Amino acid sequence: MTTPSALYDSLVKIVGKDFVSDRKEERYFYARDGGLMPPHEPDFVVMPKTTEEVQEIVKLANRDKVPIVPVGAGLALTGLVIPQRGGIVLDMKRMDRILEVNEKARYVVVEAGVTQGILKSHLQKHHPRLRHSIPDSPPVATVVANAVIHGQGRLSQQHGFNSDMVSGLEVVLPTGELCRIGSCSVSSYWFSKGAPLPDLSGLFLGWFGTTGVITKLGLKLYPCKKMRDVMVFLTDKAELIPDIMLKLSHTEMIEDVVVSAAPLPLRFRGTFWVMTYITGDSDEELEFKRKMVWDALWEYFENRDVGFLSVSPDMKPPLMSMPSKDTSRFADVSKGGGFQYAGPITPVEKYPAFIKKLEEVAAKYNVFYASTTRLIGAGHCMMFSFSFSFNRANADEMARAKKALDECSKFALDEGGVLWKADVYEQKLLMDKMDPNTLALMKKIKQLLDPNGIMNPGNWEVK
Amino acid sequence: MHKYVSQIHRCFRCGYCKFPTDYSSFNCPSYRRFRFDSYSTGGRLWLIYAWLKGEIEWSEHFAEILYTCTTCKNCTEQCPMKFAPDIVDWIVGARSDMVEKGKIPPRVARFFEAVYGYGNPFKQLRSDRAAWANSTKKYAPGDEYLLYVGCLGSYDENGQKMARCLVDILNASGVSFGILGEEEECCGNEIYMLGETGLFQNLMDKNTQKFKELGVSNVITLCPHGYNTMKNLYPASGGSFKVYHYTQILNDLLGKNRMKPSRAKARVTYHDPCFLGRYNNIYDEPRQILQSIPGIELVEMERNRRDAFCCGGGSGNFVTDLLAGSADSPARIRAREAYETGADTLAVACPSCLTMLTDAVKAENLDGKLAIKDISQILRELLPAR
Repeated sequence: MTTPSALYDSLVKIVGKDFVSDRKEERYFYARDGGLMPPHEPDFVVMPKTTEEVQEIVKLANRDKVPIVPVGAGLALTGLVIPQRGGIVLDMKRMDRILEVNEKARYVVVEAGVTQGILKSHLQKHHPRLRHSIPDSPPVATVVANAVIHGQGRLSQQHGFNSDMVSGLEVVLPTGELCRIGSCSVSSYWFSKGAPLPDLSGLFLGWFGTTGVITKLGLKLYPCKKMRDVMVFLTDKAELIPDIMLKLSHTEMIEDVVVSAAPLPLRFRGTFWVMTYITGDSDEELEFKRKMVWDALWEYFENRDVGFLSVSPDMKPPLMSMPSKDTSRFADVSKGGGFQYAGPITPVEKYPAFIKKLEEVAAKYNVFYASTTRLIGAGHCMMFSFSFSFNRANADEMARAKKALDECSKFALDEGGVLWKADVYEQKLLMDKMDPNTLALMKKIKQLLDPNGIMNPGNWEVK
Repeated sequence: MHKYVSQIHRCFRCGYCKFPTDYSSFNCPSYRRFRFDSYSTGGRLWLIYAWLKGEIEWSEHFAEILYTCTTCKNCTEQCPMKFAPDIVDWIVGARSDMVEKGKIPPRVARFFEAVYGYGNPFKQLRSDRAAWANSTKKYAPGDEYLLYVGCLGSYDENGQKMARCLVDILNASGVSFGILGEEEECCGNEIYMLGETGLFQNLMDKNTQKFKELGVSNVITLCPHGYNTMKNLYPASGGSFKVYHYTQILNDLLGKNRMKPSRAKARVTYHDPCFLGRYNNIYDEPRQILQSIPGIELVEMERNRRDAFCCGGGSGNFVTDLLAGSADSPARIRAREAYETGADTLAVACPSCLTMLTDAVKAENLDGKLAIKDISQILRELLPAR
């Protein structure tokens, strides 16, 4: 068994002493996130710069059976990168190169530490006709981590989960081998993560780093129109939301549909905001799409069930910004720096039941709430967020928020939803409900890939 | 300042503070230098909160994390929360508590000791404070302006050059002014930012008292740090004089045709000092000066104005140098960024930036390819010799 000091020396030898820490301050910070999961400290925080360094670290960890947890920005809020068994946290953010943008095949290849913000900025500056599906997480969230948790973004209404837009992977397996997934395994092009080959990306996407360390990722890019606008519709009838979303989706003209509900400010309590984003290359195109949207919802206007909000100039920039800073601002509603949400993926028909449950639970536990729902695919499902803000200096409020979250997660599961970026407790709920043969398959895959169980242990742990 | 104790837990560590407005790169100098999240603003605030709660003990490493913050205010610009304007105060508040407990990094302690003992952070003799000044006239009642040159202008080789150039320009333009010479005290901006509130109060009181005795009503500062503290902090101590950064004065003189620089031939990029830009919203005057000089082509770095990347010198780091020792040191990154614009000259308006970036150009082997000049130097070279 290697001693901690020998392990430290080995890590220093691989990445240099500036990029290894076993000091309390780094261990404290990387032990927790902005959510409600209990902290657990790593023994080391290490920042590799190259794939080769990652390989050496993984081989070392596998040899000594030391847990290893790859980390992006740690913004999942459900503790997915809290090192439940200690060991090595691999902060990937030094692997920050954008390696290739193929304009003709519309994809980008990035290293694992490239952030959403830096990719957005790079595309705007160098490839203004292309864009990627920007999530609402802060810009420091990494592209890879967002794909690994099946994130969603501004293009999810059109193209599905952000992980559906992955077009190739480079992965360091838990035993140290380097593996390419998708077209890049047989070609120099990164245009497909699977088809027409067996799609092996499913061995890594959604596994929260328990099956390997993704070091490079190909991501599909999409046309970036010259103009963009938002139309905001208001209704106080939750039961109409599913149909509104489907009607909007039916136009096949919409960039993104987001439904927001919050009790504050008070003037908006009980009102659902349906934010409908459209894009175009000309005024004519944009105007045509506006007309299509109006036509789609016309019967609701006539019945006075839905109203149109004229967006004032000061309201527009926050609504249009990508990512939206308002998402982070929710953490300060209770003046306390804490925010977590349960985000089940569920059919859109569940919206009325879910919003009712959210309001009930928030009242029951006396916690601040909000909900932001995003349509995914052409109405195939939605991400409904049961969001709770809490004060980190108030242990009682944190406990109430946790109870509220747990109750919402259980409710969502009972209603047929599937929990998104589930924390370790929610993962257990999911696995308890999962088809036993599916569970057995997961176990076989995990054992095959990670025989020593070093990768992000505690997560997706099939007993 | 101490309201940080009841507020600091409000940081969500969302990380907006690390970026410029367009997210094109990391704009927090200490995070960019060290890359552990503990060195970002969010990291610092969470660690301070942990310290207040007793979850972590003080350590030299913790103190260094706190003191590698240059208080450049990028975080304040970018943080989406309502408490954003308070972030620097929170960090200064925590530093102040460390100072009270006597638990600060040795380099910071030496900075304080030097100012206590010598009245400047360089341990230079007070009698040498005006050694740069040649025969510059001392301030006398009736002079329109007091020229306050500060510690860098008084003792640092680069700062002294700046001061001499500025004096020449003011004289050539017929401005009525004088200096304090050996009677000048440290302005205290860095002392304040480093958390030594007692010493800061003492320096502020001395300066304010001196200005009152002399009947000073207008102060020109060479350094944005002095400008900041006199403009924003001194009024609390009864300072009722007007403060100008020298670029404001020179821009005004140019506008009134009180000097006529000859034609230059230079491609110049300008680095916004944090204490001039983000702290005091002075972005235009330095640029207007450069643009008014015939033959100068002004090109912007990608990060400019409120998004300018700090040189790493703030909060006393031009002396303590806690961010040095790497190609990722902020000044070296900034020097490379300036060079990438194709400029042959990097213009600054701050003696701290001048020193930091001059050293960085040497470290980057850009000597002879990129000249670092203060705006006063650029202008002086284009005026007739005296």
